[in-house]
Amino acid sequence: MSAKGFKGRFVRVFIYILLTLTAITSIYPIIWIIMSSFNPGTALYSTTLIPKKFTLAHYTELFVKKQFGLWYMNTLKIAFFTMLLSVILVVATAYALSQFRFKGRRFGLMTMLVLQAFPGFMTMIAVYLLLLQLNLLDTHLGLILVYSGGAIPGGAWLVKGYFDGIPRSLPEAAKIDGAGNMTIFLKVMMPLSMPILTFIALSNFIAPWMDFILARLVLRSADKKTLAIGLYEMVTGRMNTEFTMFAAGAVMVAIPITILFMFLQKYIIQGLTEGASKS
Amino acid sequence: MNNHSEKAGVLSILFMGLGQLYNKQYFKGFFFALIEIFFIILMLPFTVKSLRGLITLGDTPQKMVNGKIIQGDHSIFLMVFGIISLLVLFIFAVIYVINVKDAFRVGMLRDEGKKPNNIRDSLHVLYDRGFPYLLLTPAAIFTLFLTVLPLIFGIMIAFTNYSSPNHLPPRSLVDWVGFENFINLFKLPSLSRTFFGVALWTVTWAVLATVTTFFVGLFFAVLINSNGIVLKKFWRTIYILPWAVPGFISILIMRNMFNGQFGPINKYLQAIGINPIPWFADPTWAKITCILVNLWFGFPYYMALMSGVITGISKDLYEAASIEGASARQQFWKITLPMVLFATAPLLIMGFAYNFNNFTLIYLLTSGNPTNATYNFAGHTDILLSWLYKLTLEQNQFHMASVVSILIFIVIAIISVINFRNTRSFKEEDMIQ
Repeated sequence: MSAKGFKGRFVRVFIYILLTLTAITSIYPIIWIIMSSFNPGTALYSTTLIPKKFTLAHYTELFVKKQFGLWYMNTLKIAFFTMLLSVILVVATAYALSQFRFKGRRFGLMTMLVLQAFPGFMTMIAVYLLLLQLNLLDTHLGLILVYSGGAIPGGAWLVKGYFDGIPRSLPEAAKIDGAGNMTIFLKVMMPLSMPILTFIALSNFIAPWMDFILARLVLRSADKKTLAIGLYEMVTGRMNTEFTMFAAGAVMVAIPITILFMFLQKYIIQGLTEGASKS
Repeated sequence: MNNHSEKAGVLSILFMGLGQLYNKQYFKGFFFALIEIFFIILMLPFTVKSLRGLITLGDTPQKMVNGKIIQGDHSIFLMVFGIISLLVLFIFAVIYVINVKDAFRVGMLRDEGKKPNNIRDSLHVLYDRGFPYLLLTPAAIFTLFLTVLPLIFGIMIAFTNYSSPNHLPPRSLVDWVGFENFINLFKLPSLSRTFFGVALWTVTWAVLATVTTFFVGLFFAVLINSNGIVLKKFWRTIYILPWAVPGFISILIMRNMFNGQFGPINKYLQAIGINPIPWFADPTWAKITCILVNLWFGFPYYMALMSGVITGISKDLYEAASIEGASARQQFWKITLPMVLFATAPLLIMGFAYNFNNFTLIYLLTSGNPTNATYNFAGHTDILLSWLYKLTLEQNQFHMASVVSILIFIVIAIISVINFRNTRSFKEEDMIQ
């Protein structure tokens, strides 16, 4: 099937040109932001692609002029606990819905399906009032609870789909051997479901890094800010005079998340295909 | 003579637990009775008061007496408490039904001459059958308070006049207005023009954003995976990078790259002699920018997925096709494409639903701008969701925001029901039961 002759070679060259151009387009913004972060100026208009002089000043400024370290720790904390809580909630729900037949099961599945369809912040006013009443407004706990609650419907469907794919003979054999519900779950189901569990954990860890709207709604005081809010505020002002500092911040956020992502890419794609659409 | 079931059933309707006591299941009976007593003493007064509040939404507004503020009723809190008490009532009703059913069932057993379970058996059955419920309880509580309650509240707002400037508690009361808001959305020219304009763009946007990313993703997946292309892994990794960078960061980067005055893209265009393009200032260009940016970091997702599908297709198929004399092109159209489309088509619908609600991209990229003078609080690139956001958090038009959100929900709910009916999980549901 390999392309032969002049026409084939021409097509091949054309394909490589196309691939290269797309590759440049794909990574150009990333290179541009990395370069900007080393650029001596401060504003968007003063940056050039290749800095005339490299400077690390913007990285130090982030910690001196802004509370970047604090935002980082805040986000890390929120992300970690959201991940923990949502994995527990999602896995317990999915396990119950997949492995047991009980009254109200179909109702539960349908409810989750419908709830999943609601855009998150349709409920914002009410969530705001609830947190206010519970004294959870402007706390990280409040944000963690809201994120974890929101992760249940979609996540549970995905994990349930995966659990359904595990041959029923396995938990049944364990049951015959006298294993209890908890043992079956921990010793049989968990090890078999690592890809999807990794996927759920990872996506719920990343979600708080990406989210901007809920964080903005719930968190008020400067020392509670997350990275998304802090960075957003740097470049959406009229003057855009903190652009290079934003670039430095963006690099510092994007690098660990991107590495994590590339590293776990396999699991993510596997999780997505197996949980949702493989037939 | 043998009518234990009816007696037990009727007794348990009269008061929770009576039927169980009649069935000589004393522990269970006391337990149910305790629930009802608890409800009557502790919850009933609150429930009645809250339900009244839910109906009236308060009747004494805040007043100024001799320069001092005297707090009136806060309609919104009354509403929230009203909904909570409705939920409590609902849970109580469910327990009540369980209680009656249980009494009736045990009565039946006695009619058949069998002995009802004693306490130890009951607990054993409870643990065995109750395990899934135990697993579901935490999620149920979370969902009830953080999703269901806020949703009911959000829907109810659509039937009130909760909005700035005249109906904002605590300074003034909110009233029920029935379907007035829905009628206004279609009847008031300024509102309906905004709604239909924004809705049309939302659908256009969602279709274009999904289709472009899907087919560009497909195109590159096929290119990279075709025979004779070297460095497959290298290309894939580079193309995946935009997808891996946190979304809000790449959107903010793009916002600056496309900046009409200082952005690098216009600088390069000028360098090669092309006039700067008003990426964000002109309505049509702003829309094109949204789609381009979305394409930039949307297509790698589909490319990665489709690459997975393509590499998963059995080599035997191609070999067999080659032997039969099929050309490369025929193999693509008859094997690769159908296989990929079959596996990824459900994601097309999901992608549409996702983009329909892709608030983050629109808000962080253009904030809905450029402004449209003929719209009510919306710009040219605002999608329904970002308009909703502006109505809620910037304009305090809660009532209209709620109406719009109900309409959005109907669209998305239909899409996801169709979608999930087609997925494996749901199909297997039907096989099991």
